[in-house]
Amino acid sequence: MTDTDEPAPAGTGQEAAPLLEVRDLRVEFRTRDGIAKAVNGVSYRVAAGQTLAVLGESGSGKSVTAQAVMGILDSPPGFVTGGEVLFQGRDLLTLGREERRKVRGAKMAMIFQDALSSLNPVLSVGAQLGEMFQVHEGMSRKEARGRSVELMERVGIPAARARVGDYPHQFSGGMRQRIMIAMALALAPDLIIADEPTTALDVTVQAQVMDLLAELQREYRMGLILITHDLGVVADVADTIAVMYAGRIVETAPVHQLYKAPAHPYTRGLLESIPRLDHKGQELYAIKGLPPNLTAIPPGCPFNPRCPLARDICVTDRPPLYDVGPGRASACHFWKETLDGAR
Amino acid sequence: MAPDDRPDGTPGVLADPGRPALGEPVLEIRDLVKHYPLTRGVLFKKQIGAVKAVDGVSFDLRKGETLGIVGESGCGKSTLAKMLVGLERPTSGQIRYQGQDIATLSGRALKAVRRNIQMVFQDPYTSLNPRMTVGDIIGEPYEIHPEAAPKGDRRKKVQDLLDVVGLNPEYINRYPHQFSGGQRQRIGIARGLALRPEIIVADEPVSALDVSVQAQVVNLLEALQDEFDLSYVFIAHDLSVVRHISDRVAVMYLGRLAETGTDEQIYEHPTHPYTQALLSAVPVPDPEAREHRERILLTGDVPSPADPPSGCRFRTRCWKAQPLCAEVVPPLEVPEAFREEGPARHPSACHFAEERHVVPGE
Repeated sequence: MTDTDEPAPAGTGQEAAPLLEVRDLRVEFRTRDGIAKAVNGVSYRVAAGQTLAVLGESGSGKSVTAQAVMGILDSPPGFVTGGEVLFQGRDLLTLGREERRKVRGAKMAMIFQDALSSLNPVLSVGAQLGEMFQVHEGMSRKEARGRSVELMERVGIPAARARVGDYPHQFSGGMRQRIMIAMALALAPDLIIADEPTTALDVTVQAQVMDLLAELQREYRMGLILITHDLGVVADVADTIAVMYAGRIVETAPVHQLYKAPAHPYTRGLLESIPRLDHKGQELYAIKGLPPNLTAIPPGCPFNPRCPLARDICVTDRPPLYDVGPGRASACHFWKETLDGAR
Repeated sequence: MAPDDRPDGTPGVLADPGRPALGEPVLEIRDLVKHYPLTRGVLFKKQIGAVKAVDGVSFDLRKGETLGIVGESGCGKSTLAKMLVGLERPTSGQIRYQGQDIATLSGRALKAVRRNIQMVFQDPYTSLNPRMTVGDIIGEPYEIHPEAAPKGDRRKKVQDLLDVVGLNPEYINRYPHQFSGGQRQRIGIARGLALRPEIIVADEPVSALDVSVQAQVVNLLEALQDEFDLSYVFIAHDLSVVRHISDRVAVMYLGRLAETGTDEQIYEHPTHPYTQALLSAVPVPDPEAREHRERILLTGDVPSPADPPSGCRFRTRCWKAQPLCAEVVPPLEVPEAFREEGPARHPSACHFAEERHVVPGE
């Protein structure tokens, strides 16, 4: 079995073509210290109205994958070296710059973690929102301003009409994130990629913003790719999860199954290492060691140096994504043992 | 409730049966205030107001315990941390260490006290000088306090410290950029330990770290506490981490403490609406909790500390607010309704305190 014919994540609408299908995507960064293999054959699918959470720690390749999908990879040093990004049936990687630009924004949009550095500090939020309508839909400035106010109201910014001329720094963190969501929504895209959209926010504000995002997604039946490291946020909103490690998907599953019985030792390690809100607990389980350096990924299973189940085969043979159940896959030679709770 | 409760309602040291009896207070904070003046004009500066970052905070830290302080950004928790280690001078109030008010000390006396109260910072990337070797970074406290280690011993001491925090002692000549985030945080912790302090104030020490590495550092902090008899003030916004590591927890909102108690009292029996809202908003890593959890969604943002609401500071976002809340500042004490024996009996600064279980699970 290869990475490309992995089982489709559950709930992605088998009958219809998926909204987005990433096939065997590969990205590398050519740096002074060597070639960092950031994404090494990632495949996933998202259907309209579905939420796919891509979970991983820093350096796992979760954001780089999204940047390659959006076509906003810093290049150089980053290069897409293989794979396909099929969006509504078209391979985006073969499109020219101009065509790609038309898809971006109108059909797919991205929400970033840090709203303050993603918004232009010297333009009012109204001007930034309105620009989208002027450029993509040819509206007049006045029409665009009207639409901007509507959008700001839709994402819950109080006194939108009075604040449309304000600058990003005049808004709080939560309100800025709402403005980013408004910008992403402006042209009614079919797909939204949200990269750690609430990580910089306080917990009470985070709850508001995630609720807003989920509500808008339902309303517009958008596909949502949520990139995060937070197992709590994922449990709250995702339909399916893809867990990434060292540039690969190591496990994919419907959300309930993944939390109930992880099929990859890395996923289980993550779940066990988070402190709980509902009880104090004993010493935390800690995955030993560190994530690998992407210029020197260990042979065999990249997780083997940190894995409690690792045996000889894990050092020599790279595990494919095994089909481990309906809509589930795990890249572990010992997925059966892991599912059964082996340590 | 423990028999040694203090008259002001602070739970006594026996309140948490999970831990051995903790010692005497090592740090007593009383009515601590920090206002940053807001000025207008360039040549003739005129004060036009003040940012009330910390506005009347009192608590005790006892020997060997971990006091967790939780709150959202802008609540003043980092300003509080800076005052505790002497990086900021309080506007008023007292920080008593071994009977002395460190807020009034200066010069040599302050330096001597500071040796015993060390800090671990949040960001392992900016809190270490990139041009210094790890050995110089961890050994720098000995330059400032030469009496702590004679010159000849220092290298050995630094290597011991590296070993204690789980780093290879041979890394002594490496530079910070050669380490990962988790390893850098270990270096920061080693520096904090160098002078064998009694108290460590840790401001968001694990929030910049990945989940798998965060667990390693939390375990390290706990092991070091037992080994060196440390008392921790652990400041964080992650409520799960704070529950895990703390013996007692204080919830801070807009420069004041809203509620204090043991981890059990705060997480299982919160009586302040802010604590309840905060706990209910934490995403729980359990998709089963999605359907049947009750989330209290707060409206609006935290008001500016330059112009905090009168009376109760939380009233502008509180669903229970009454006219009384705008007029009278609710004191941080055990509310009338909860004077009876029970887990809800802990200080809560709310006129209308009510117990409400909001954490899903159990």
